[in-house]
Amino acid sequence: MRFTPLVQPLKFISALLLGATMAHAALAADVKLGLAAALTGPAAKYGTAIKNGATLAADEINAAGGVNGNKLVLVAEDEQGKKEEAINVLKKLIFQDKVIAVVGPTLSNSAFAADPIANASKVVVFGTSNTADGITAMGPFTFRNSVMEADVLPVTVRAAVKHFGLKKVAVIYGNDDAFTKSGYDVFKATLEQQKIAVTTTEAYAKGDIDFKAQLTKIKASNPDAIVCSCLAEEAANIILQTRSLGMKQPFIGGNGLNSPKLFDIAKTAGDNTVMGSPWSAENLTPANKAFMAAYKAKFGSDPDQFAAQAFDAIHIIATALKSVKLSAALDKDRIALRDALPAVKIDGATGKFAFRAAPAVAGKQVGYDAQQDATVSIAKDGKFIILK
Amino acid sequence: MLEQQLINALSLGSVYALFALGFTLVFGVLGVINLSHGAIFMLGSYAALLLVDKLALPLWLAMLGAMLITGLIGLAVDYLVLKPLRARNAPHLAPMIATIGVAIMLTNITQSLFGAENRRFPQGIIPEDSMTLGNLHVTAVQVGIVVIAFVLMLVLLLTMRRTQLGRALRAIAESPKAAYLLGINVEGLFYLTSFAAAALGGAAGVLVGLSFNAISPFMGQPMLHKGIAVIILGGMGDIRGAMIGGLFLGFAEVMTVAYISSDFRDAVAFGLLFLILLVRPSGMFGKILERKA
Repeated sequence: MRFTPLVQPLKFISALLLGATMAHAALAADVKLGLAAALTGPAAKYGTAIKNGATLAADEINAAGGVNGNKLVLVAEDEQGKKEEAINVLKKLIFQDKVIAVVGPTLSNSAFAADPIANASKVVVFGTSNTADGITAMGPFTFRNSVMEADVLPVTVRAAVKHFGLKKVAVIYGNDDAFTKSGYDVFKATLEQQKIAVTTTEAYAKGDIDFKAQLTKIKASNPDAIVCSCLAEEAANIILQTRSLGMKQPFIGGNGLNSPKLFDIAKTAGDNTVMGSPWSAENLTPANKAFMAAYKAKFGSDPDQFAAQAFDAIHIIATALKSVKLSAALDKDRIALRDALPAVKIDGATGKFAFRAAPAVAGKQVGYDAQQDATVSIAKDGKFIILK
Repeated sequence: MLEQQLINALSLGSVYALFALGFTLVFGVLGVINLSHGAIFMLGSYAALLLVDKLALPLWLAMLGAMLITGLIGLAVDYLVLKPLRARNAPHLAPMIATIGVAIMLTNITQSLFGAENRRFPQGIIPEDSMTLGNLHVTAVQVGIVVIAFVLMLVLLLTMRRTQLGRALRAIAESPKAAYLLGINVEGLFYLTSFAAAALGGAAGVLVGLSFNAISPFMGQPMLHKGIAVIILGGMGDIRGAMIGGLFLGFAEVMTVAYISSDFRDAVAFGLLFLILLVRPSGMFGKILERKA
């Protein structure tokens, strides 16, 4: 009634807007790429590094003319490192923001909860930090460029055994986290396979601060080294507390230890820690050097493995997008992207990268894992150097 | 190994006890389960860190400063959150839920100010001395925690038992209304209690920050869970109970790891706690709860 006069101009404005968008689309469109990362909460340090790495890659790609002339737009959402939030964020990115694919979520725990949504909606979900077993078994739209522990840890253990002449080791791991638990399972199988005796296996829970009880027990079992499936900060505290108990054993860990945080806390007490990861700051390939310099220039701090893997992931997706002829139909484009991804090969910050089809589930082809070599490093004077 | 485990247990138990002291004090006097105590504990270590880092204060002064700061935060929480609820006679659940909100808020503010990453004291601040007796290793910080926890408990206990102030507080614990009619400044003592409890929580935070040197916005939550167990075990509101309950939990956890399995650390410790509560439903020293019931 009173608003009737408004209807006409509104119609006009919306028609104008619609016309503008359509005209824009005809020339060059934005390709929206979703990013579900833990930007707050205890996992925020990983999520923030991932967002930085992804932003850096997207900016570089756009500065170089985008994807076939289309600008890449990152739509970042905070999934807080929680399963429930990861589900919400994936739904929002897929159905509301209408992104072409989603990068994330940060934790394997969250990926197990949220990835089925992407698979059901036929949208690529691309993990850059999910290393747990079985992630890509969730469906044909699940991809990751994070190397599985199952690929990295056997190489790491073999190198450490050779370097230190190890006969028996003790194991400590976080038993309430998908990442550290899955790492433990791989370590266990690896140690059995390589016939290294395990003196004792100890567990701790998220939030624990005092590991002395477990470490005292480990000390009494007198191992040659301690295998630690832990996140960097827990590992640092475990290492420090080992030293305060008068233990001098070297540590062996997975890529959870691949963080400058380890040495911020443990300093040189962490020396002789052997760690395997696809990325190393000491790996001086031109691609990695350029990445590290650009990251430092943009964010004022050194990148870590999470930033490097996210950076590579965006380049992998962009490479796939270049071979996709984008249409107006999002559903079709999403599937075209999925079909283009497996063939992508890049030489990125983490080295040469290719995809490897994950083992089929019930006879059906599922997602794709990373096919990449692990770099084994050893800590000296408070930093990781490549173990030759 | 046993001797070392006993030392581990004593220092872990003292941390739990120290944390539980302030927690139980608030319950004893105000009758409130203040679930922001974990966040205040966390703020204690950040306060000490800032005082050491930015003002270059010596450690002991930073500890006192952190106690003052957390005390004032506790006072503010009381004034802004608990007092309005007291004034309208809100049901028991209200302050509990309100303080959960306070805890989340303080944690989020801390995270946005200092980041989600762990912070640590600058190099050379934490005394790195340790004693070695044969196979036994005790660090200076471990000794400090045990000594400070026992001293603070003793001071608190003597204050409650031997002073006019303690008598007034116990009168309030018995019945705030009767205490008010006797001319006791009930509201003032509520504030004092909230201040002291938060200062104790802050002190615990500093000591835990020092002993593990990894200060994070999220360190309060796991401690809060243990703290709740400790004060229920010790008898809600009982200072001796908090001390003994804390030591008990520390010993139960460490001995579980040593002789059963680290997988069952919390399960066995909390299972024992449950068994004790079956025998003594009001906790080991739970007189206040009995009277209140």
